[in-house]
Amino acid sequence: MRVKIIFFFVILNLNMANAETNSIDINKILKNLRCLICQGQSVADSNSEFAQTIKLVVKDQIDDGKSEKQIYKFLIEKYGEWIVYKPPFNKVNFVLWLFPYLTFVIGGVIIFLFMKKRDNH
Amino acid sequence: MQKKIIKFSIILLIIFIIGVFFIGLNKNSIYDTKDLVGQKITNIQLKHFSEDIIITEKDFKKNDFTLINFWASWCGPCRDEHPLLLELKKEKKLKLLGVNFKDKKVNAIGFLNDLGNPYDDLAKDELGKLSVNFGIYGIPESILINKDLEILKKFIGPISKDDYKYIINIVRK
Amino acid sequence: MLSNLGNTLLSINILLGISIIYFSFENLNSNKTLISRKIYHICLFQSTFIIICFLTLIAAFVVSDFSITTVYQNSHSLKPLFYKISGTWGNHEGSLLLWAIILTIFSFFFLLYNENHSKNYRIYSLIIQNVLILGFLVFLLFNSNPFSMILPIPKEGLGLNPILQDPALAIHPPLLYIGFVGSSIYFSAAIASLLTNYTGKLFAQSIKKWVLISWSFQTLGILAGSIWAYYELGWGGFWFWDPVENASLLPWFAMSALLHSLMVLEKRNLLYFWVIILCLLTFILSVTGTFLVRSGILNSVHTFANDPSRGLYILIFLSLMIFGSVFLFFNKFKNSNYHLNLNSKESFILVNNWFMIFYLITVLLGTIYPIFTEVLSDHKVSVGPPFYNVVIIPIVIIFLFFMAIGPRTQWIKNNFYNINLLSKIFIASIFINFLIIFLFQGYSLISNFIVISAVFLIISSLIDLYKLLKKRKIDPPRIVSHLAFGFLILFIGLNHNFSLEEDFNLKIGEKQNFENYSVEFKDLRLKDYKNYKAVIGEFKINNSIKNLNQSLFPEIRIYQNPSTITYEASIRSGLLKDYYITMSNVDRSDYYNIKFQKKPFMMWIWISVIFISLGGFLSFFKNAKKNY
Repeated sequence: MRVKIIFFFVILNLNMANAETNSIDINKILKNLRCLICQGQSVADSNSEFAQTIKLVVKDQIDDGKSEKQIYKFLIEKYGEWIVYKPPFNKVNFVLWLFPYLTFVIGGVIIFLFMKKRDNH
Repeated sequence: MQKKIIKFSIILLIIFIIGVFFIGLNKNSIYDTKDLVGQKITNIQLKHFSEDIIITEKDFKKNDFTLINFWASWCGPCRDEHPLLLELKKEKKLKLLGVNFKDKKVNAIGFLNDLGNPYDDLAKDELGKLSVNFGIYGIPESILINKDLEILKKFIGPISKDDYKYIINIVRK
Repeated sequence: MLSNLGNTLLSINILLGISIIYFSFENLNSNKTLISRKIYHICLFQSTFIIICFLTLIAAFVVSDFSITTVYQNSHSLKPLFYKISGTWGNHEGSLLLWAIILTIFSFFFLLYNENHSKNYRIYSLIIQNVLILGFLVFLLFNSNPFSMILPIPKEGLGLNPILQDPALAIHPPLLYIGFVGSSIYFSAAIASLLTNYTGKLFAQSIKKWVLISWSFQTLGILAGSIWAYYELGWGGFWFWDPVENASLLPWFAMSALLHSLMVLEKRNLLYFWVIILCLLTFILSVTGTFLVRSGILNSVHTFANDPSRGLYILIFLSLMIFGSVFLFFNKFKNSNYHLNLNSKESFILVNNWFMIFYLITVLLGTIYPIFTEVLSDHKVSVGPPFYNVVIIPIVIIFLFFMAIGPRTQWIKNNFYNINLLSKIFIASIFINFLIIFLFQGYSLISNFIVISAVFLIISSLIDLYKLLKKRKIDPPRIVSHLAFGFLILFIGLNHNFSLEEDFNLKIGEKQNFENYSVEFKDLRLKDYKNYKAVIGEFKINNSIKNLNQSLFPEIRIYQNPSTITYEASIRSGLLKDYYITMSNVDRSDYYNIKFQKKPFMMWIWISVIFISLGGFLSFFKNAKKNY
């Protein structure tokens, strides 16, 4: 019975979770771009010359129907990977993305084995 | 034995990390877009400064070498590099294309009248959007391309005497 | 004259440090059972002189003695007095002096407050701590001397960057240093413990108060930094995963893990070597953070001015610390046999440590990864908020559940889990999440989980609080901190999802409408202040539905010394939300670029962190009462 109640509420919640994620969020993109002439600010947060230009360019590309991935690909082509704050998942960067979870799993295994060993005494 | 391996690998890891830090201390380079060297520029659409035409890749293919220079009347260092640009105009195999960046026509014309016009052709980019296609993030910046539209070198900041010599070397071969 | 006084005091303190080490060894080798009075006296002098040294530097700033380089580079005679004083530690050299003070005072107090513990252990702690002190004093005196002179004496100083002239930023370093510089004392104590075999409960009791104090202050220090970022930097956010911010967070993770493991060590005499690792790790991370921030190896929005020799010295110091402690640890490590049940409070504390180490490695990796790509492949990569958020948030969701269940389990072997109660809390959490979505608006799938898990922790802690008020045996500090943590995550989640941000250009007299709000650019005024000129905009915010009518006044400030322009956000902080506007001029145009933000629950985010820290202080005072 309790399981059914939980199930019901979970479904209810998931239905309410708006599917807002389908349309492109320009703010999300601008927050992911580095202002290249600032000392550590995103394009969204900066008012510099460069940031203003990029804001216009991104707006144009969205109007042209480009996807988020395409916009990043374009900018990375012109400015290098340094311009995006979310490192793209490629041969070099996979270390960055996978290593934390790898250590998480290893940590869990170590603790489990550690406890098992002690438990058997 | 297993313990020795663990101890050894931990120490090795620490040495590696500290080693990278040591090297990183001396290396710290400032960001630039030199990665663009070797790429081909494609899909160029620049508005001509005074006439109602669009400059495209076809116009570049006519030249042996093209130096695309991004400048504006309100840019101080642009004045510093201007004499060198005028010198470069003399090179026969090199064509200079100036891109007037986020500027007012009147001011740009005034600038060229005062200091001379080194450009074989002039384009404008009033909002700065078109320059993004060239990986521009500040001015002055210049890009040297060859007949095949391959980027040979990118110059960040005003062109120096060394840059000038470099261009001369390439162009005169 | 002040310069000579300062240099003399620094040199004296180096001599005192050496003599402390000398007399400590002498005391060790003798057969005396007590630490000689001599040592206490020298420590007292050491503390006194370093404080006088610091006051000397403050005095130099207050009277604007520009013969001293640091004062010249970072101060100006027109600066308000409060910022002249706080400017003392707002620069590289001055802040290192603050490091020296904390190291010295903690050294002295640790000696004083550990009289019930083994003499050899205390002596070795003192020796190691003084080695650290000497390392920093030598660095101070010969590389980054706050008293170095500049001739001819300049008439006026270069001034302090105006964004650093802020009350939150003024207390940020002292709070933070009591935190991660204070962790030096249990680094030294850990080494002393390894050397003298002073292990188990006694060791745990010896360092517990220090871990609590450093953790509590570290929490407040991080808060002060975030408050400064929100009010001063003008982007509307409070955490950017910037390397300097990460540098303060890394020791915090280690301290939190240590805090919890100490409980196991104290109560059950288990996990000694793991506790030692955490003690060593915390201060190592502190120095690593200092290295990353001051060496110039990383790009950041708030780096100090850079000088490669500083980086080199700190790196050498750090390497010696790491190799020394690692070798000693390997030497002394013994495998021990004991009983640990998978179903006990101990295992939940291990889970806490497991998660903390995950957070630590993620943040550390993200911070230093760009260094590796640049050195190894000549390739510049950025690692910013999207990375950290994506990797960490899913794990936090699980973590919150553990935070709720863990404290309910018993030591050694847990008898039963109140599944009944837990599932009721779970259903209530889902219901509350549904209520929030229904009353306001929906959000992403993962935000649902965050809200549910945060509310789960909150309800669970509230139930514990209720039981406490009915006077059963549950501890208040833990409840306060865990409850506050649950609220913190909840408010951050809601703030992130319900924030509104609009970026647009306006001329004077124009109005912008969006989503029931209207922002009208009413007026622009110029005003002259003592050390800057201000361009002040008046904006009227209207919301037809909420009956809102507010005026905000963002500024563009033009400073002369140093010549900078800053953009001051105008913030109306309310109980439920903040309204936030920044204004900047668009070059070569009559337009101004306006950024309007609505940020819900900001006040509650700050309050939650204060309460997290409060839990630490409560535990400290409870602990202090027990011993005396």
